[in-house]
Amino acid sequence: MSTRYLLRAVAPLGGDAVDVLLADGVIAAIGADASAEAGPDAIEVDGAGLVLLPGLVDLHTHLREPGREDAETVLSGTRAAALGGFTAVHAMANTTPTQDTAGVVEQVWRLGRDAGWVDVRPVGAVSVGLEGEQLAELGAMAGSAARVRVFSDDGKCVHDPVLMRRALEYTKAFDGVVSQHSQEPRLTAGAQMHEGVVSAEIGLAGWPAVAEEAIIARDVLLAEHVGARLHVCHLSTAGSVEIIRWAKSRGIDVTAEVTPHHLMLTDEEARGYDPVFKVNPPLRTAADVEAVRAGLADGTIDIVATDHAPHPREDKDCEWAAAAFGMTGLETALSVVQEAMVDTGRMTWADVARVLSSTPAAIGRVEDQGRPLAVGEPANLTLVDPAARRTVVPEEQGTASANSPFRGRRLPGAVVATFLRGRATVLDGRPQDDPDGSLRAVGREAAL
Amino acid sequence: MSSGTGAPIDGARPAGTAPSPDATVVLGAAEIGRALTRIAHEILERNKGGADLVLLGIPTRGQPLAQRLAQRLAEVEPGLEAVDLVGSLDVTMHRDDLAQHPTRTIGRTVLPDGGIDGKVVVLVDDVLYSGRTIRAALDALSDLGRPRAVQLAALVDRGHRELPIRADYVGKNLPTSTSERVSVLLAETDGQDAVLISGGAR
Amino acid sequence: MKHLLSAQDLDRATAIRVLDTAGQMAATQSREIKKLPTLRGRTVVNLFFEDSTRTRISFETAAKRLSADVINFSAKGSSVSKGESLKDTAQTLQAMGADAVVIRHHASGAPHMLAHSGWTDGAVVNAGDGTHQHPTQALLDAYTIRRHLVGDGGRADVTGRDLDGLRVVIVGDVLHSRVARSNVQLLHTLGAQVTLVAPPTLVPVGVEAWPARVSYDLDAVLADEQPDAVMMLRVQRERMSTAGGGFFPSPVEYSRGYGLDGRRLRALADHAIVMHPGPMNRGLEISAEAADSPRAVIVEQVANGVAVRMAVLYMLLAGEQTTNVKVEAA
Repeated sequence: MSTRYLLRAVAPLGGDAVDVLLADGVIAAIGADASAEAGPDAIEVDGAGLVLLPGLVDLHTHLREPGREDAETVLSGTRAAALGGFTAVHAMANTTPTQDTAGVVEQVWRLGRDAGWVDVRPVGAVSVGLEGEQLAELGAMAGSAARVRVFSDDGKCVHDPVLMRRALEYTKAFDGVVSQHSQEPRLTAGAQMHEGVVSAEIGLAGWPAVAEEAIIARDVLLAEHVGARLHVCHLSTAGSVEIIRWAKSRGIDVTAEVTPHHLMLTDEEARGYDPVFKVNPPLRTAADVEAVRAGLADGTIDIVATDHAPHPREDKDCEWAAAAFGMTGLETALSVVQEAMVDTGRMTWADVARVLSSTPAAIGRVEDQGRPLAVGEPANLTLVDPAARRTVVPEEQGTASANSPFRGRRLPGAVVATFLRGRATVLDGRPQDDPDGSLRAVGREAAL
Repeated sequence: MSSGTGAPIDGARPAGTAPSPDATVVLGAAEIGRALTRIAHEILERNKGGADLVLLGIPTRGQPLAQRLAQRLAEVEPGLEAVDLVGSLDVTMHRDDLAQHPTRTIGRTVLPDGGIDGKVVVLVDDVLYSGRTIRAALDALSDLGRPRAVQLAALVDRGHRELPIRADYVGKNLPTSTSERVSVLLAETDGQDAVLISGGAR
Repeated sequence: MKHLLSAQDLDRATAIRVLDTAGQMAATQSREIKKLPTLRGRTVVNLFFEDSTRTRISFETAAKRLSADVINFSAKGSSVSKGESLKDTAQTLQAMGADAVVIRHHASGAPHMLAHSGWTDGAVVNAGDGTHQHPTQALLDAYTIRRHLVGDGGRADVTGRDLDGLRVVIVGDVLHSRVARSNVQLLHTLGAQVTLVAPPTLVPVGVEAWPARVSYDLDAVLADEQPDAVMMLRVQRERMSTAGGGFFPSPVEYSRGYGLDGRRLRALADHAIVMHPGPMNRGLEISAEAADSPRAVIVEQVANGVAVRMAVLYMLLAGEQTTNVKVEAA
């Protein structure tokens, strides 16, 4: 019999405090029944003041394995995800070899299963080798053990309109969705940061907003024309929000994601030339940050996805132009959303569950995740302490890489516990392969 | 840019800044005037007239002193024009103690039209102390030309030489302890003439 | 002043101090003995990741005239693998005891990184970083302008003077020009009025925030503003053949619209000077007639570069080495 957990006085979605019993992988009881049915062996978790959320689901993560294990592995990345409150992550396809065949996606799926921290849903590449020329075997990947439903060339844009059309059409056959990294490559050749007042002054080549917006505009019209679903990765500009709003008003089946860093940071961060702030799409202006916050609050932007992009130190410890693009985010996502949206009164915890759990699960067709907090549902859950405040120390995080743009910031909220089908992956804020924190001193090597 | 804080270096106190209020006056305006007159005569006497003479004042306060000396020489000796006699010699770039102080402003070096080659150059400074300024002045001079001879006139000699340098003409010998501060005020730079001493055993 | 990374680092007082000090340095350079002992014992490293014989020689001359020891390190970008080289190189220089590092690099922000990374303790002088800044160029340009237009061609004493009210027009590839960025900032700091003239494709998005006017019409600007100084920027021929068919269609069209030819030269006011940071593309952005005319001060700019760089090295290295170096008033 698996361990039972009795969560005492937790607040589901921030509501009234109740007891919740987890047993046999499901939510067994809520309320008075919970303590009654708990039994003597149930582990009690003091949930006073804690918010209970469905386990977070990330639609956009880079686990780097196979190929760049110097930055992250499936093991270290999923462990970091669990610490961040996630119970499922979609692993992007830009690995080496590319996740463009059933064989590779099954390998990644298996690695995730064996690691056991979260459910890993590999994302299938749209084109072979991400080269943007030829459709990859989307059907084979969909039918594989990995059951791929999300397809993306992320890192690169499917810029060829004909290839994009074909991909949108083809995925209809197995209820798949194309997740587009919207970046017109010719308009952004050599680009380093957002094109605007800051880039002009500090002499870094600009990445204009129109390079994102023009692709989104094209893609929503294509999706409408062929009657397919479309998902837009890491939307970052005010103009993009408006295009999505317009598309939805026309009934186009499009969903969009925003990253935590785009909810909080602007291009002003680049003035110090610290490449930890170099990311694709780049950090934009304050007006863009406000627009995506408003878009997330009113539902135009459907979800938050981390775009967790770990990089080894030598790829960031150099001059800006030579540095890699990307920021880590699995362990700071929830806190950033809390600071930007909940603590400012623009969203409730129920909204957080919607944008970080149930909607991403729906988009990815992950049936057993993002479920309601009700008796009988799978116990994929996260317990958060909203009153906690922590300073971000990247070296102490679970991720193998230290490129967090939030280094040194005090952020609100702390994940106290994460449950994957009723099994605690994180308890008391600590990963369950290191329950007393004794391995923390050894560092992240313990996780690898 | 603030003017130097911390202990001012003798002779380098910026124009117009005040010394400490507990200072004692050792030379008043009249005494300074007499000393300069005497020095002017001594220069003429030693050099048997004013031919081939050049007075170079070391900025900041050496400059007005050199001007005044040149004026007196021209008044006393026929055929001399003050403007042909006087110039300034900035020694900043030849100092050996630059790294011990905040960055110094470089002053102007202006030689009279006749240059210094073959001339008797009289260096003029307000206070002679360690001698390092004069050593720097000798180095700076050697980059500018080859004088026949170099002499030194100082309004105040306060002792404590660190190099084998002595003044040929001295306004006043002022024995001091190293903890004391000697400040020279001149009308051209500070609005009045005075030599003050402050600090020391209190 | 601990580093000189950008014209933005210089407030009005400091900028004038540099120009005045450069004047004193220039005076020493007309003597028979040009060498001064001021920086004896100091080591200046020229760290040039981009080819530039002229600028490197200028800095080398400046350092040697002040009796500093000079080490030249030249690493043309291509063979050197990404950023590792900057860090490793900097730490090697630190081990060799560099008091100052003069760095030219193809990546904007490399000098900033060098100065703030803790890899080296020395003063960092930006000799040109990517499309960002070239502060000593702006200083020598300002010095040249001041000498001619405030100092009556060197006849008047300009100590303590700024460039208040002077009109300067900068023409050319503003988008890619670090010289333009540095000059706009420094000229503005010194009180001059700057107008930028370029085809629209070579004007950066975000230029509205700069303290300068922008025009696409050179003839109109020359007629309306009667500038005191015209600064022509070098146009790189590669700009005509990049993605999208280049930034302008042909050299001839560029010259027609934005080149300083004989006709435009004659339209200038009598006292106006013609400047160019070099190297020139004779016939493209500047005609031979203009480059060789008596109002061109291009050769003098090079000479002034040595004096200005001597002043910069003096101000960074001669005084006590603290993080906040105060300059005594005269």
